[in-house]
Amino acid sequence: MSFIRNPKDFFAGLLFILFGIGFIWLARDYGFGTARRMGPAFFPIVLSGILIAIGILIGVRGVAMTEDPPKGFTLKGLVLVTLSTLIFGFLVRTAGVPVAVALMVAASAIASQRFNWKPTLVLAIGMAIFCVVVFVYALGLPMPVRGPWLGG
Amino acid sequence: MELLSNLYIGLEVALTPINLLYCLGGVFVGTLIGVLPGLGPTATIAMLLPVTFGLPPVSALIMLAGIYYGAQYGGSTTAILINLPGESSSVVTALDGYQMARQGKAGLALSTAALGSFFAGTVATFLLALFAPPLAEVALKFGPAEYFSLMVMGLVASVVLAHGSLPKAIAMILLGLLLGLVGTDVTSGTPRFTFDIPELADGINFVIVAMGMFGLGEIIRNLENEETRDVFSRKITGLWPTLKDLKQIVAPVLRGTALGSALGILPGGGAMLASFAAYSLEKKVSKNSKNFGKGAIEGVAAPESANNAGAQTSFIPMLTLGIPSNPVMALMIGAMIIQGIQPGPQVMTEQPTLFWGIIVSMWIGNFFLVVLNLPMIGLWVRMLTVPYHLLYPAILVFCAIGVFSLNNSGFDVYMMALFGLLGYVLSKLDCEPAPLLLGFILGPMMEEYLRRAMVLSRGDPMVFIERPISATMLAMAVIGLVVVLLPSIRKKREEAFTEEG
Repeated sequence: MSFIRNPKDFFAGLLFILFGIGFIWLARDYGFGTARRMGPAFFPIVLSGILIAIGILIGVRGVAMTEDPPKGFTLKGLVLVTLSTLIFGFLVRTAGVPVAVALMVAASAIASQRFNWKPTLVLAIGMAIFCVVVFVYALGLPMPVRGPWLGG
Repeated sequence: MELLSNLYIGLEVALTPINLLYCLGGVFVGTLIGVLPGLGPTATIAMLLPVTFGLPPVSALIMLAGIYYGAQYGGSTTAILINLPGESSSVVTALDGYQMARQGKAGLALSTAALGSFFAGTVATFLLALFAPPLAEVALKFGPAEYFSLMVMGLVASVVLAHGSLPKAIAMILLGLLLGLVGTDVTSGTPRFTFDIPELADGINFVIVAMGMFGLGEIIRNLENEETRDVFSRKITGLWPTLKDLKQIVAPVLRGTALGSALGILPGGGAMLASFAAYSLEKKVSKNSKNFGKGAIEGVAAPESANNAGAQTSFIPMLTLGIPSNPVMALMIGAMIIQGIQPGPQVMTEQPTLFWGIIVSMWIGNFFLVVLNLPMIGLWVRMLTVPYHLLYPAILVFCAIGVFSLNNSGFDVYMMALFGLLGYVLSKLDCEPAPLLLGFILGPMMEEYLRRAMVLSRGDPMVFIERPISATMLAMAVIGLVVVLLPSIRKKREEAFTEEG
């Protein structure tokens, strides 16, 4: 890692290059067409090409220039917020709104340094009731209160 | 006079009870959510967008515009009371506003912000009514080549005038353009980048991208650093400015309005640039400049007027050209497309009631902002006492339900989680999410115009520089890039955005 003097630029560049390559690879069979009759692959491949070029530029800068690494990265926050969102997406139709909401609240609340079971429990139950009343009953959004998993 | 008759058309639409209600509702909800620390206008609008999908187009856009300036004003309230700017445009308001609040002049700071914003909003609305028609007239003559070049210019300008690294911002635009192309290609019917997932066949909904990158991304960023927040518990008194205060703020408000209006029209301008520039200008010309940073009322009046003027005039390129100059306008364009309106100059001629209705409702919305917010400040203050660790799980739930309700699909919620993750990682690498959202909205339109232009020119790319308007716009884009890359100007640009920030 010692030759990477600016990890922020280096990894940003790398990420852009990978995205560019990924889009080109996916677009390989779409048909490029001609300048006059552009195929579905034309615009994406041109954009990806420029993206890769700029990615290289940014990445090279990351090797050439020194800067501080990113500070304050919160893996816990990232994982728990993402995970709680996935939980909601998975449970909302299978187990129903109250379960999905309560678990989402509980899972995401753990990410805070000031996490405490008691208020979180109150918040989870409160939000579950609030969402059922407001979104399902009052606004009539088509979401199950009791999903198939709970015999709904 | 044509202007008056146009405004009359708008008044007729905006003053119907139902639209007044949506305007009021938008301003109220926008302020309510905008006041919450750590949620900027973009995240607020993304969160509330699904609410408006069921409304008729005029009402939906009136409500969204209301949410926008409500959120913006709510952000200023947070900045003044607890020194926690919800987003970049209220950063400078926090400098002097918070100092005023600490000196017991929170009420005065809040009313200054409200009155300054109202005045600026009024002026900017008239400017919008005055300048939009001729601009739309010109734009009606644009062919596909001009549109393509206009979008290139708009995207370049938005990164040139924003802060942060230029190559990274351009890379983010390109990534946004590419992500915008996901879904079935309209011309050939080929599904692109869909991984055979049926939910991706219609592309990714822009609400998912905005809510993931701005909503979830901001929440994760706030979790990095949960230092004890100064909870505002004092009672707010002295809301109304004295005559002496008013005299003091007249000139800063006027200067802020003028500067903000001008900067708002520029692509890439808008509220943030306007408030930074107005604060710097005011600090240079004010007789009271030594008090800046220590609670100078001018330091609140000028940027607040400027950001509201800029927010308002940034509707000009959006409504007349269909070009978003900032992420909020990108969401507006997305909302118009969902409502079945093709953004562009034809909106004004084909749907005059919609066009003028929105413009007039902006002024009414600004009026509501004053009459609603000053008396209700007690409620907003109470919102601020909710601790963040109990707030963000609730915000997450609203984001998730909002995204789920788009198509009743759990897949959309997964996508939001993915964009939240991507947005956070990119922002840790100093890549701002705003350019990506602009690119995302413009991606499909740009490809369409490029294709049409090339068909018309029989595959000759020279068409972009042979047509004078198109050539001018491309030249401006190139000049913009070159200018920013010049070392001396680059240094100035960095200074402009780091000063006070």
